[in-house]
Amino acid sequence: MQNLDALSTEIITAIDAASSLPELEAVRIDVLGKKGRLSLMMRELGAMEPDARKQAGAELNRVKDMIAAAIDAKQALLGDAALDARLAAEAIDLSLPSRPQTEARLHPLSRTIEEVVAIFAEMGFTVAEGPDIESDYYNFTALNIPEEHPARQEHDTFYLPPDSEGKRKVLRTHTSPVQIRTMESMPPPVRIIVPGRTYRSDHDATHSPMFHQCEGLVIADKIHMGHLKGCLIDFCRAFFGVEDLPVRFRPSYFPFTEPSAEVDIGCTRDGGGLKIGAGDSWLEILGSGMVNPRVLANCGYDPDLYQGFAFGMGIERIAMLKYGIPDLRTFYDSDLRWMRHYGFLPFDAPSIHAGLVGGAN
Amino acid sequence: MKFTRDWLFDHLLTDRSFDEILDILPMLGLEVEGVTDRADALSAFSIAEVVSAEQHPDADKLRVCMVNTGSGELVQVVCGAPNARAGMKGVFAPVGAYVPGIDLKLKAGEIRGQASNGMLCSEREMQLSDEHDGIIDLPADAPLGDNFAIYAGLDDPIVEIGITPNRPDCLGVRGIARDLAAAGFGTLKDVDFSAQKGSYDSAIEWVIDESAEAFCPRISGTSFRGLENGASPAWMARRLEAVGQRPISALVDITNYIMIDLGRPLHAYDVDKIDGNQLIIRAAKDGEKMMALNEKEYTLDSSMFIIGDAHGADDLAGIMGGERTGVSDATTNMFIEMAIFDPIAVATTARKLNINSDARYRFERGLDVTSPDWVQGHVARLVMSICGGESSHVTFAGKGADWQRDIFLADDKVVNLTGMEVPADAQTRILEALGFSVKAGKGGVTASPPPWRGDIDGAADLVEEIARIHGFEKLPMQHLPREHVVAQPSLSPVQARQFKLRRALAGAGLMEAVTFSFHGESEAKAFGGGAEALQLVNPISADLSVMRPSILPNLLTAVARNQDRGESDIALFEVGPIFLGDKPEDQRTACAGLRHGATAPREWQNVGRPIDVFDAKGDAEAALAALGVRTSSLQVQQGGPDYFHPGRSGRLLQGRTLLATFGELHPKIVSNFGVRGAVVAFEIHLDDVPMPKSKGPARPLLSMSVFQPVSRDFAFVVDEQVAAGDLLRAVKSGAGPLLSEMAVFDVYQGDNIEAGKKSVAITITLSPTKATLTDEDIEAISASVVQVAGKNCGAVLRG
Repeated sequence: MQNLDALSTEIITAIDAASSLPELEAVRIDVLGKKGRLSLMMRELGAMEPDARKQAGAELNRVKDMIAAAIDAKQALLGDAALDARLAAEAIDLSLPSRPQTEARLHPLSRTIEEVVAIFAEMGFTVAEGPDIESDYYNFTALNIPEEHPARQEHDTFYLPPDSEGKRKVLRTHTSPVQIRTMESMPPPVRIIVPGRTYRSDHDATHSPMFHQCEGLVIADKIHMGHLKGCLIDFCRAFFGVEDLPVRFRPSYFPFTEPSAEVDIGCTRDGGGLKIGAGDSWLEILGSGMVNPRVLANCGYDPDLYQGFAFGMGIERIAMLKYGIPDLRTFYDSDLRWMRHYGFLPFDAPSIHAGLVGGAN
Repeated sequence: MKFTRDWLFDHLLTDRSFDEILDILPMLGLEVEGVTDRADALSAFSIAEVVSAEQHPDADKLRVCMVNTGSGELVQVVCGAPNARAGMKGVFAPVGAYVPGIDLKLKAGEIRGQASNGMLCSEREMQLSDEHDGIIDLPADAPLGDNFAIYAGLDDPIVEIGITPNRPDCLGVRGIARDLAAAGFGTLKDVDFSAQKGSYDSAIEWVIDESAEAFCPRISGTSFRGLENGASPAWMARRLEAVGQRPISALVDITNYIMIDLGRPLHAYDVDKIDGNQLIIRAAKDGEKMMALNEKEYTLDSSMFIIGDAHGADDLAGIMGGERTGVSDATTNMFIEMAIFDPIAVATTARKLNINSDARYRFERGLDVTSPDWVQGHVARLVMSICGGESSHVTFAGKGADWQRDIFLADDKVVNLTGMEVPADAQTRILEALGFSVKAGKGGVTASPPPWRGDIDGAADLVEEIARIHGFEKLPMQHLPREHVVAQPSLSPVQARQFKLRRALAGAGLMEAVTFSFHGESEAKAFGGGAEALQLVNPISADLSVMRPSILPNLLTAVARNQDRGESDIALFEVGPIFLGDKPEDQRTACAGLRHGATAPREWQNVGRPIDVFDAKGDAEAALAALGVRTSSLQVQQGGPDYFHPGRSGRLLQGRTLLATFGELHPKIVSNFGVRGAVVAFEIHLDDVPMPKSKGPARPLLSMSVFQPVSRDFAFVVDEQVAAGDLLRAVKSGAGPLLSEMAVFDVYQGDNIEAGKKSVAITITLSPTKATLTDEDIEAISASVVQVAGKNCGAVLRG
């Protein structure tokens, strides 16, 4: 046992010198393996006298524990180094592009309609609908636009062949016929909006044969033009996201409203671009008015008991103004470049709580 | 409606500035569509003299002119006008001036080697007319060096106003002045409307035929003799030109001037061309012909009204006069017609004959029905002041239109309808200023509209008059009363799920398109549409003429367009109407989508693969899921409508209800649309997809097993005709209630598989609920799966 210190020094040196896990393992086997040097010395203890054996055994165990600990420590060290080396070798070029996403875009029109619906929902409106192919009666006559009225000429109507009863059908020139259909189908009070497709036989830079309107109708017993003004100012400010947006009401004429007003919003063209908000200029965006008593009577409402207002706006127009889309005709082109640029992320839903201005993407 | 500033001030005495008037007009309902100040645009243009005009040495048609601009020094100008000559006076634009007619700012330069420092201008170059035969040739006494625009009386800005159909009274300058005066912007000047007695009996008498009594309630006429027709006085010609009326001759111009001035169209006949001494207002005869002043011949029918002499029709009443009896430069004896005609009859006839004229525009909107009685003296004096001669006694016919009516306006009507407090005396003052007569009554006033306001027919109209003159800016702003503290949904569940559907499809990678509701007939027919009832009578083009039976043709067209722009991977959808008939219930809401190309663009990891029919099936299932359908319970039926590939299309059914069709589009259809390559598509009629039964927001309780799930794989060999769906159903029924998941993970035909057979590999997952499955349990279930698959589908386990 005299050489135990020398042995342990030699083994510790060998452990220190091991530069890889296999080398370290070789040292371990050489020392602690079945036929390792320390293992053999342990075996020799059996031949000793009990007292000597006890002392030598304790000594041997101490050395053995110390060496085992040294091997464990070295093993952890070498293991970390090996892992580091592997990780270093696994490095990849992260400037390579990620996998393409498949998400597409929603059309600015459905986005805009959703924004309009969200705002009017807040004001207690529900959404009503009606057919695109209308009768002459609903599109014109019931709205106080009789045959040969000059206002009809301004509508550039698309006609369909007469039906079996000889009644002329038209593609609705506005969403206003849904006013009539709604009032015929329910008693007052009424508070509806009607977003939908409309048609006029006109095709140039600023006119499309098909476009979208949103009609509004409010009927109750004490609704007056001040409410019309409040409702539309509230709408315009919320829609354009401009709290102090100037809104102007100008006298106008629609056969189905009396008095009638056109609605302008403030804007400025300073610096070339158009900016919605306080400025030196006005943009017309809405037609509106108090529902003509004749229209109420046509629907079976008593004009002495009920009154209210109606309005209509072009969805494309307000979308173009809000989102800076320059050309009306591009809305129906399905040009993927346009859709990627002007479209909206599908899960960026407009809401009062999260905001009504769609983000650019 | 166009007029000039000074023309307006003929009728309006005001100390307001022109700018203030332009600002208030739209607030009265008279929308200013444009203001043109020609003097402003032409401020640099001056009167100059051509001192010499020599032939250009190198150009036959050019002359080198030395021009005296009045500053003393001569300026050299190369000019191409044939009338450029020494000694003439013309209009000179110096270097630096902007020439509107050619949209160019002049620069000093050389033309074919000769210096040219400015321009001698034609009327077209100054946008004064279309005249371009030569440069303007001014009288010799035109003051050299003076501003041309002021010399020519162009310093009178032109205003264009959009007049709404209810305001024909403002189709005359005086009507606009009257509105301004009522709004407190001046006072309406007096015009002498006294009668002109005349010195002889009219050469022509009116006769209203029985057929036209309702059509023509009142008409008057005056004869003139000894007239001298010729060019109009400069002031009149200038104003007519300013508002876009080409001066013709004094007699014609006077009628046009009064039409613009008072909104009162007139027609002038040459008495000497009238056959007989009567003009008869009557229904036309079927087939009767008339050559109108626009030199077109019209064939009339008995629904139309004309004015004729013994020879035939001379005037399309209220629309356009006849060529034969119209006035000419040689006319010395004239008869002027001042009539009221039924607006609807005028509009109907004009529409049938497709004639638009200034007269029609005013007649169909309605004139002051008393005007035949008050305008005559004013017309006569204007004619004689310009053309001399003498006027006859007036001749009248018709007992007059019934226009007087009383409308009651309750004291609280204005505030009730507008929310705006307008004091009673102010209401009366406004109505009276607009020409109404107002009588106080119990609880309100009775207002009687003036004869030029045929549009007023109820108390609401009176309110509008009061409100617009009082000022819409004074309307109170009142928020709509809130019926619920927390807003209620505005969309019905049916509407709401359409928004969800759009989001789901865009989320799945399809771009949302919005396309027209119509397309061409061949497109419609290829997709089962094109019925006559759905063909537009007046389409704007053949490719937008039929209401669509399907959205797919429009999407295919869009694919072709995008391919032409270089796009290779295209995925589109649209939610919108389709039309199966012309009744409201025939309009359906459809959703269609298609894909072409690869699932992803080409890139380094090759994640993309060519699209195939299972992409369309997946889109259809995703769409149905968004609509609330449990897609696990859908059945697939092989085969779809004939615009699909017959072997690669199918239908998705829930029980017997068809919910969707999908497939690869037929290659013939695809190539007919000009699309290169395969397109897969799906189509859903939303109205056919039942709304999910509402069971309230709470979900059924979820029980999650604590026991280990077990998976087993089966490789079956079946006849190649056997549908995988049927095999899956057999496996499901064989596996029993513990089956939680099931998938096909391989389909194979080829080596090691007998011809006419295929191998279908299916994995199932069993989730025990009561105890961990023993080997015996699993064996029993596996045996049952194999047994049912064999019995139902002839499947055997692959050896």
